[in-house]
Amino acid sequence: MIRKRIIPCLDVKDGRVVKGVSFLNLRDAGDPVELATQYDQSGADEVVFLDISASQEGRGTMIEVVRQAAGQLRIPFTVGGGIRDPEDMFQLLRAGADKVSVNTAAILDPSLIAAGARRFGNQCIVVAIDARWEEDEDDWFVYTHGGRKKTGLRVVDWAQEAVSLGAGEILLTSMDQDGQKNGFDIPLTQAVTSAVRVPVIASGGAGTEEDFVEVFQETPVEAALAASIFHYREISLEDLKATLREEGVHVR
Amino acid sequence: MIAIIDYGVGNLYSVSQALQRMGYEYTITADEETIRAADGVILPGVGTFGDAMLELKRRDLVDVIRDIALCEGKPLLGICLGMQLLFTSSDEHGYHQGLHLLSGHVKRFSGDFNIPHIGWNDLRFHSPHPLLKSVEEGAVYFVHSYHVFPDNPDDILAVTDYYGDVTAIVGRNQIYGMQFHPEKSGDTGQRLLENFARLCCKTEVPIG
Repeated sequence: MIRKRIIPCLDVKDGRVVKGVSFLNLRDAGDPVELATQYDQSGADEVVFLDISASQEGRGTMIEVVRQAAGQLRIPFTVGGGIRDPEDMFQLLRAGADKVSVNTAAILDPSLIAAGARRFGNQCIVVAIDARWEEDEDDWFVYTHGGRKKTGLRVVDWAQEAVSLGAGEILLTSMDQDGQKNGFDIPLTQAVTSAVRVPVIASGGAGTEEDFVEVFQETPVEAALAASIFHYREISLEDLKATLREEGVHVR
Repeated sequence: MIAIIDYGVGNLYSVSQALQRMGYEYTITADEETIRAADGVILPGVGTFGDAMLELKRRDLVDVIRDIALCEGKPLLGICLGMQLLFTSSDEHGYHQGLHLLSGHVKRFSGDFNIPHIGWNDLRFHSPHPLLKSVEEGAVYFVHSYHVFPDNPDDILAVTDYYGDVTAIVGRNQIYGMQFHPEKSGDTGQRLLENFARLCCKTEVPIG
């Protein structure tokens, strides 16, 4: 049966990893390809590169990062950030990305999901959703622009629409939990996994190995993503996999 | 020399780099003469079945591929969608005819479970084969919504389990297919790709 995936995420700006990285063994701590290769060798099941470059030059640099990553990595990787049209998707897939992730652009123009799925197949199209709980409305709402702008979209509704348009996977980030390091957002993850029939990746809030155990035991989520705890070596992938195995979670 | 067929869809670069890491010569090409001169051919594939067949036809590659596989008997490996294209037909976005090098039909997964099938899943071998030599029944990376139902069960070299048996590796004569991405599947994938490369380049002396 299919195995649960652990996915480190790297924020990349102008071709460099931006979150402070304290890897000891890297020649160049800012090199996304070298960091991702280290994750590959440590047992990561997949890697996400999130391009947060603001400029066209930065985006061009990302293509080169993708090309190098495709040459080095023996695991699949997804690229997100700044993808606006199917041509952007094509450039990244052609350079060697396995999947592309869309967020704000897909909300502004949902037909982007359908166009991408039609041309490249649903399995290539990841829709990333940034979710925040609204106490007044008693529901989760979708945020765009890196979590800065609130939309009127309810998370479960948008997840279902994205899937009906052709999303092959949902990358679900809890803005409430992101950076808190006290666990994934279990209710949010449950709400979305029970509403769609595509793989969901839980993101935001991982602080300990137990947080990963919890999200896999409490929800049917297929993958869990984290960034800084891996970069700062607060959790090693090897130890995390061993713990998950001990707890009966089926991992590679 | 292994020719990786470039027909505008497909993630060619990762496959080429995997071959390069293992020390095999490759060329990425859509040129008939180059393809015919190669020791073996890889047909990659990302995209949709109908579009991929259109692109192969537009580049006059259908007959070339069929000729190499059926008449010349050179090793041919279809990866992911490339494997599906080896078969008779597919239901993806309407009915489409494939290369029909192997007999069978491609259908969408159906049932109350997550589709696409994305992630690492274990191989289970059906019978010994040079392609599987020294390979463990380890996990490899799948990412697909459609899968192949070969008419001839003997064509199935390996399956995986995703709410039932899913065809993972096929082989008949020198025609091979892998539904997963060997170039993205760690050690297990690398060994499988290397075995194919060895079948192509019989003169290659294994290192060590």
